[in-house]
Amino acid sequence: MCNNMIEVRDLVKTFANFCAVDHISFAVPEGQIFAFLGPNGAGKTTTIKMLTTVLQPTSGLARVDGHDPARESRQVRRSFGIVFQDPSLDNELTAVENMDLHGILYGVPSVERRQRIESLLRFVELWDRRSDYVKFYSGGMRRRLEIARALLHKPKILFLDEPTLGLDPQTRNHIWTFVQSLSKDEKVTVFFTTHHMEEAERVADQVAVIDHGKIVAQGSPDALKESTGGKTLEDAFIVLTGHTIRDEEASSADRMRMMRRVWRGR
Amino acid sequence: MRAIYILWLRQLKRYSRSPARIVGSLGQPLLFLLALGFGFGPTFAKAGGGNYIQFLTPGIIAMGILFTAVFSGIEIIWDRQFGFLKETLVAPVSRLQISLGRTLGGATVALAQGAVVLVVCVIAGFRFGNFALLPVALAFMILIAIFFTAVGTAIGSVLEDMQGFPLVMNFLVMPLFFFSNALFPVQGLPKALQFLIRLNPLTYGIDGLRGALGRGFLFGMGTDFVALGVLTTILVGIGSYLFSKIQI
Repeated sequence: MCNNMIEVRDLVKTFANFCAVDHISFAVPEGQIFAFLGPNGAGKTTTIKMLTTVLQPTSGLARVDGHDPARESRQVRRSFGIVFQDPSLDNELTAVENMDLHGILYGVPSVERRQRIESLLRFVELWDRRSDYVKFYSGGMRRRLEIARALLHKPKILFLDEPTLGLDPQTRNHIWTFVQSLSKDEKVTVFFTTHHMEEAERVADQVAVIDHGKIVAQGSPDALKESTGGKTLEDAFIVLTGHTIRDEEASSADRMRMMRRVWRGR
Repeated sequence: MRAIYILWLRQLKRYSRSPARIVGSLGQPLLFLLALGFGFGPTFAKAGGGNYIQFLTPGIIAMGILFTAVFSGIEIIWDRQFGFLKETLVAPVSRLQISLGRTLGGATVALAQGAVVLVVCVIAGFRFGNFALLPVALAFMILIAIFFTAVGTAIGSVLEDMQGFPLVMNFLVMPLFFFSNALFPVQGLPKALQFLIRLNPLTYGIDGLRGALGRGFLFGMGTDFVALGVLTTILVGIGSYLFSKIQI
């Protein structure tokens, strides 16, 4: 029996007027790649926030590397690396400075830090650009840097919240090949969300589909296709979650995103 | 400690790499110094106040520090939605360390900005009264810087987005500046205004700075120092507390 790196039972998060996550349960064994799928506003990011200690659950149980994110946040934080949906690099720093800052926050000793920064930056093919400011990086380069950074402290679990959003097929392919090798060679447990069903179909060992805060199906991609009679995971996803397009109210983050686009002229 | 240091260093790097920001935030103090300093100079002298540039300089330095400090603190809003704040919040370091690192970094930046303003004031004609008191002046500049960065941290931790920013500028920062002893002496003002100015923490910072730079203390160096020191400690506490409550 494998160790469960992530375990969630009856997890609930209610905000003032609605239930974002409604009694969800799932488990991710060590070394597996787990895809968490769902339409916009289904509760994916809320779940990730609870697992990564930045949001307190209303009720239910969560275990990350055997620790409770709500109570033992320090241990949990050491155990995972995360790539957020929105960029979280400091654009005014260079790639190496961003990496170095992360290493110091996570207490990676300096000699090891230098070695790992070099090997990770080489691995994501950014070593030649290491002294450039991040503001001069393309979207794909930033993503690669964020993934490299998330791995600097040798996490047991890697959370990826829509890591391929807005990237070209080449970069997406590069990223997923890398993630698969991490899971296979380094036994890193990967938990990710995406809107690209073919990505989940290609790399995930297990899939859970969440809609309106509830998990509506889980299993391997093949099992999901079989049970819904769909040819692809995308078919299965549509069968499970319906055709309605979800309108999310623009959050303050969305408004800021708009503003940023206007200010930066893109 | 390493975490506080690296976050402090980050703020400094960001500041030193952005000459546009350094020059940009010089604009306002410079405008006040030149327009008011030379504009009201003759009137001030005629009324028996002495050299107005001598009087005004501490106020203008405090202004440079005040605006930079509040803005540094408020940058949290920006960092919070997009960027870097999340990276620090999921790191295995306490929120207290993060907010202290940020606050000290912002305060150092504000202090640097104040020093640049001081140099500009000297170029405009300001002369030191007593060089021996320069460390005291520096101490007051540091206190003003930390106090208002903590104010910014507190506000930035509570506000959701930048839409509240004009509100903060027009209803907090501007009144703090104008209803202080930055531009005019407190003596002889209407009682209500005097009362308001005495409630303003910035007043004690400017009085301390003005005393140390050679115009004499109105409230006394000890009073200024204790008042601002106590308030700064409280505000850093409040700022850190509100910062620790941020949910993203």
